[in-house]
Amino acid sequence: MAMRWKNTLKDHHVTDEAVFMNRRSLMGGAAAGLGLASIGATASFAQTDELVASSYEDITQYNNYYEFGTGKDDPAKYAKALTTEPWTVKIDGMVDKPGDYAFEDIMKAMTIEERIYRFRCVEAWSMVIPWNGFELADLLGMAGVQSGAKYVALETALVPDEMPGVKYPVLEWPYVEGLRLDEAMHPLTMMATGIYGKDIPNQNGAPLRLVVPWKYGFKSIKSVVRITLTDKQPPTSWNKANAREYGFYSNVNPEVNHPRWSQASERVIGGGLFSKRIPTLMMNGYEAEVGSLYAGMDLSKDI
Amino acid sequence: MSSVVDKINGAVRRVPTWAVYILYLLPVPWLLYLAQTGGLGREPIKALEHELGEIALQLLIIGLCITPLRQHLGLNLLKFRRTLGLLAFTYVALHLLVWVVLDMSLLWGQMWADIWKRPYITIGMAGFMALLPLAITSNNLSVRKMGAASWRKLHKLTYVAVILGGIHYIWLVKGIQFEPIIYMAVILGLIALRYKRLLK
Repeated sequence: MAMRWKNTLKDHHVTDEAVFMNRRSLMGGAAAGLGLASIGATASFAQTDELVASSYEDITQYNNYYEFGTGKDDPAKYAKALTTEPWTVKIDGMVDKPGDYAFEDIMKAMTIEERIYRFRCVEAWSMVIPWNGFELADLLGMAGVQSGAKYVALETALVPDEMPGVKYPVLEWPYVEGLRLDEAMHPLTMMATGIYGKDIPNQNGAPLRLVVPWKYGFKSIKSVVRITLTDKQPPTSWNKANAREYGFYSNVNPEVNHPRWSQASERVIGGGLFSKRIPTLMMNGYEAEVGSLYAGMDLSKDI
Repeated sequence: MSSVVDKINGAVRRVPTWAVYILYLLPVPWLLYLAQTGGLGREPIKALEHELGEIALQLLIIGLCITPLRQHLGLNLLKFRRTLGLLAFTYVALHLLVWVVLDMSLLWGQMWADIWKRPYITIGMAGFMALLPLAITSNNLSVRKMGAASWRKLHKLTYVAVILGGIHYIWLVKGIQFEPIIYMAVILGLIALRYKRLLK
């Protein structure tokens, strides 16, 4: 079920990439008609109009991908070495059709669409990123989720020869993440394979990475090689490293104090030396869409 | 060996302290220039803040080297100790200023909360507070007024400040990273060299 969500960020905000604009004008009509009303997909935000998509350079030259080093420019410097062809994603656990899925076969079966999402790092910086990709729900549907499955575990490639950062025990490798099944099936949750209409660069998680826009960026695991459906809450890398600071849910929440960073505000990357902080939005501005997933939960405890 | 040391000591005597001030303040305009021209990367605020903090920590560490260099090698750099201390304080103050004005956009409420709730900021701030009386009393008049013994006692706060600086760095990075651990090891090593004297 592709196209279940319609961009709330306006088209004219992405103006600096002519290629992307051409593709958008072709797809805009199709996207407009298919939003699911029940998900509140057409909710609009006061802040929306002021947001501008981050530049391609900011998106691809300032990020975290600790397998290539802990510096913000390390991924752009070193990720070129990663071999992304051929690429297979092992889908296993509680699915009807477990197996190794070739990246090309996945791409043939999926409908690629554009999603302009806010991206909020737990380190209190943010960007607005025009992703291309497909809904994770569609990929899971391809493998057939069994009725007992409750969680989805995801794993990043671990290639020591090509990843200089994994020599250091910053985290336990490989990097692993997880979502509750309803989070994974939500129309906002996507697997991104492109940025600005181009193939996603290695440093941003080629050839395919998760994007969960209402959670802190570290949940959006890169270069996925394995997806496991399970009935138990899977371990997640940052939670294993420091459970007090990084919970399983890690929803963007300006009201929950993180021991290391105030989450009340954020800086949008790209504003230079005098860039001001802006207030952080509950669920990164996606509360209307995803708030109901957490009904009855105490979000100050279930971090 | 001793002739080399004598030569260095002789050369050091001819270097005026103001030259060290000028030399060590040059990175400030250079970093500001880099920050404005993209030389500090896509997010110049954090980069500038970190560079200033790191230089401050390095200056404090160099300051800690002076006594062991004299005791173990006979190298006399004592005349630069105050210079290095005041420069370190200058860099800590600039680091703090960048945090207040550029990083936190003068959001006083959030900063106040951060100082109390986020241990690495609490520790960094405590380090700054420890350096403050040292900077104020780093002049001959203060030594005379306080008396050498109590002045020396006060200035043992340097050890507290540099340890707080090292912890601040370890704590602010995510996960286990080597660079701050190396800084801390050097700091503890330099303090261990004088543990007997400190116990007295």
